[in-house]
Amino acid sequence: MFETWARAFQKVFTPQILKFLGTGLLNTLYIAAVSIALSFIFGTMLALMRSRKLGALTVFSTMYIEAIRNIPLTLFIIGMRFMTRLPPLESGIAAMTVFTSAVVAEIVRGGLNSIHKGQWEAAYSQGFSTVGTMVKVIVPQALRRIRSPLIAQFVTTIKDTSFCAAVGTYELSFTSKIVASHRTIVTAQDILVVYLLVALAYYLVNLMFSTIARRARDNGAKGFVK
Amino acid sequence: MNGPFSIRNWRTWFKAAPLFLRGYGQTLLISLWGLLIALLIGVFAGIALTSRANGRQRALAAIMRGYMSFFQNTPLMIQVFIFYNVLPKMGVRLSVTMVGVLGLALYTGAYAADIVASAIRAVPLGQTEAAESQGFSRAQTLWLVILPQSVKIALPAMTNQVVNLIKNSSVLAVIAGGELMYVADSWSGSNLIYGPTFVMTGLLYLAICLPISMIARQLEKRSVRNV
Repeated sequence: MFETWARAFQKVFTPQILKFLGTGLLNTLYIAAVSIALSFIFGTMLALMRSRKLGALTVFSTMYIEAIRNIPLTLFIIGMRFMTRLPPLESGIAAMTVFTSAVVAEIVRGGLNSIHKGQWEAAYSQGFSTVGTMVKVIVPQALRRIRSPLIAQFVTTIKDTSFCAAVGTYELSFTSKIVASHRTIVTAQDILVVYLLVALAYYLVNLMFSTIARRARDNGAKGFVK
Repeated sequence: MNGPFSIRNWRTWFKAAPLFLRGYGQTLLISLWGLLIALLIGVFAGIALTSRANGRQRALAAIMRGYMSFFQNTPLMIQVFIFYNVLPKMGVRLSVTMVGVLGLALYTGAYAADIVASAIRAVPLGQTEAAESQGFSRAQTLWLVILPQSVKIALPAMTNQVVNLIKNSSVLAVIAGGELMYVADSWSGSNLIYGPTFVMTGLLYLAICLPISMIARQLEKRSVRNV
């Protein structure tokens, strides 16, 4: 019993396999980081379009958000991979940005809606324009309130990158699948060691963000007095 | 008209439509079973997390927290890989459908547990005190007083989880789960017809997820009003 486990560790912990999985981890972090950054930009734009009365723009952003949020990310990943000529990592980023923008938009909108109407009135009375009020008064306050759910979305995004395995992108999940089907990886213990090692990598990265999110929530609750 | 959305492509897709509807049925079936088991797990773990009267209960709560932490912080994809590849080698033979149900149930159950636990905590303490003053045992208080009230509190968040569960069932495409996403992926790949496939698959998911999302939103509004 103990011997099979020891042999499993020996087989998995080779420089070659670890290096391969490391590349997968870097790709996962790369896809997640770029997607979340782009989604933050587009999501904020969508949220602003939806929360103000802007006619066609509001209708568009409402329809976009509601449609995208109710379709699985996998569909966008497969579609982006096979219907465009983007290289694997970039098509993953594009698909995840399309999807995550809609999710982030709802988080940002929740923050915008939580800002009291009096803030608008006060800014207008001081001669701020609508854009000026938005950029200088409303958005900064909203951002502070949504810090925690936004960081929590990092965790979801990092987990979501695993959907890219459906199209064979070399992120962490797909690389682990390749390693697990290697000819030297045979017994149940071998396979478990591979997947649990990879699960641990996801777990540690996500735990870091969950902890930061919890800290942000505790701080955010104190209001404007730091 | 040429290109991915040509009339010929649409016609070919509609001929294969029954295949997609079968996959759709499979998606709904897997989601339904996954949801039922996830709810059982959620209620059990939720109760375990909130009752820590003695050492044994505290140990159970700690185990549940470990379970939730692992299943919430690792991707469903990896969990499904483990069930799909490791269980057969240990002599447990499950069909792909059962692997799907198991994976979705354990993953969603970890989130359902959080929802149930915070709903139980949201029931005012006075309810427990009132029940105990009337001679209710702890179990009676839980089943007859606390849980019925927490259902209403948990409902909006739980409804959102149903949408997530249905969307997450799409990971089963990777293990040839036979559900809608697998049909879409494999059929479009072998027939090289992507346009109509993605539009129609998206609409099929939308047809089930959008109404549930709208119900969730209404429930949220109502619960905000009642507070």
